[in-house]
Amino acid sequence: MLIKIRPDQIEIPTASEITPREVYLARRSFMGRVAAGAALAGMGGFGAVASAFAQQGRKLPAKLNNAYAVMEKQTAYKDATTYNNYYEFGTDKADPAKNAGTLKTSPWMVTIEGEVKKPFTLDLDALTKLAPLEERIYRLRCVEGWSMVIPWVGYSLSALIKKAEPTGNAKYVEFVTLADSKQMPGLNDPILKWPYREGLRMDEANHPLALLTFGMYGEVLPNQNGAPVRIVLPWKYGFKSAKSIVAIRFLKEEPKTAWNLYAPQEYGFYSNVNPSVDHPRWSQATERRIGEDGFFAPKRKTLMFNGYNDVAGLYTGMDLRKFY
Amino acid sequence: MPLAPAAVRNLRPRAVTVVWWLMLLLAATPLLRLVSLGFTGGLGANPLEAITHGTGDWTLYLLCITLAVTPLRKLTGINWLVRMRRMLGLMAFLYMALHFTAFIWFDHFFDVAAIWKDIVKRPFITIGVIALVLSIPLAITSTNGMVRRLGGKRWALLHRLIYVIVPLGVLHYWWDKSGKNLIAQPLLFAVIVAVLLALRLLWRRRAAG
Repeated sequence: MLIKIRPDQIEIPTASEITPREVYLARRSFMGRVAAGAALAGMGGFGAVASAFAQQGRKLPAKLNNAYAVMEKQTAYKDATTYNNYYEFGTDKADPAKNAGTLKTSPWMVTIEGEVKKPFTLDLDALTKLAPLEERIYRLRCVEGWSMVIPWVGYSLSALIKKAEPTGNAKYVEFVTLADSKQMPGLNDPILKWPYREGLRMDEANHPLALLTFGMYGEVLPNQNGAPVRIVLPWKYGFKSAKSIVAIRFLKEEPKTAWNLYAPQEYGFYSNVNPSVDHPRWSQATERRIGEDGFFAPKRKTLMFNGYNDVAGLYTGMDLRKFY
Repeated sequence: MPLAPAAVRNLRPRAVTVVWWLMLLLAATPLLRLVSLGFTGGLGANPLEAITHGTGDWTLYLLCITLAVTPLRKLTGINWLVRMRRMLGLMAFLYMALHFTAFIWFDHFFDVAAIWKDIVKRPFITIGVIALVLSIPLAITSTNGMVRRLGGKRWALLHRLIYVIVPLGVLHYWWDKSGKNLIAQPLLFAVIVAVLLALRLLWRRRAAG
């Protein structure tokens, strides 16, 4: 028997429904106590830790943009914040949640430079206020074959690009992320060429889906998810979405990107989600939705551009087997 | 290396049996842990991946331990260690079989065509499956009856396949990890296995010379 569900019968849980409020509050009060204890201990360096804790979990209100909200069950907050690839804080997926407490997200400056009319630096506050924040619910597909659904808070990167006034020479955008071994224990491993860098072609960067992101689940980004500012590119594999960005550069030439530098045959510059182009060591045809697929249901089919067909026009005439 | 104390070398058979059961319990502990964490939600956001990785890791650990039995026996003079070998090898095989089950279940949901395609297309999976297939005759011929039926010499010859199986297992792991530039662990396995195999070559050459 086939069970049919009409779209209007699908219940979309809101962020606050996923992790019970008591759990949130208990966690925050615990962190508050840790921070308070540290402050009481009167040790110089701990002041910064306390303020970092104060940042974490702060509400970041934004109106849901229905045009960019997928109608799928959202990943549990706990899963999205404890299963992360952020090698600067360790290579195990549980490491970032454990180690990223040392990341100092305030003050935070982002430099806009390269092929622009006039380079400038913005602090996080000014950057956040550049355009109205909106909530968008995007699918996230990792190159490793798993996926999540996450409510992000931010605005289209195009708003910042407009403000940056790139010159006619600007053909690419590069995102440079923080690389400070004092805050990031993983930098001692030469796994990648630090700092982690990512990039886009200008037209990709200007696509409205490209989200300059400050929060998730209605709060500022947790450190392990790329606080205080990251990029989210839902039609590309997750590693393209650089975290903890400190500079955005406009360039003439295609930038060298971290994973591409390490293994160009495995991680292309474009890295669009594409079920028909396999990674050399595993298939990209299917994916495991975290919290849903596997034990009792097969993995689900991966969609071209992760289901974001809006972007197809960016790649007309390109052989996506060659430009993977 | 000095021999182990006589009291250890000359352990009474009953005490050796106790050690055997303790070792079995120890070898089964990671599996029991996976099962209990699995039921209590303790395996994190991607429990299926945790099961796949956990069973794979323990296959390699137990294969290394099994390979270490003979060198350890020769170096310490504790001859009763050989009584642990079959059990350890079979436990390694159990983890290997569970690892493969995780692959065909969690990754492919028993879709035979998809499984076959994956095995043929991806070298690191091909190698893992070859290691599993080569291990099956060793598991089947592990009983006393089979040893008798084959005859000691032929049985020993067949079981030298382990010298092929373990390096294939390490290669399988290496290949998987190298994509993320995480070769420290596979490298450690490779060194351990190389030492364990080199010791055998050394002894053989010495015996021949």
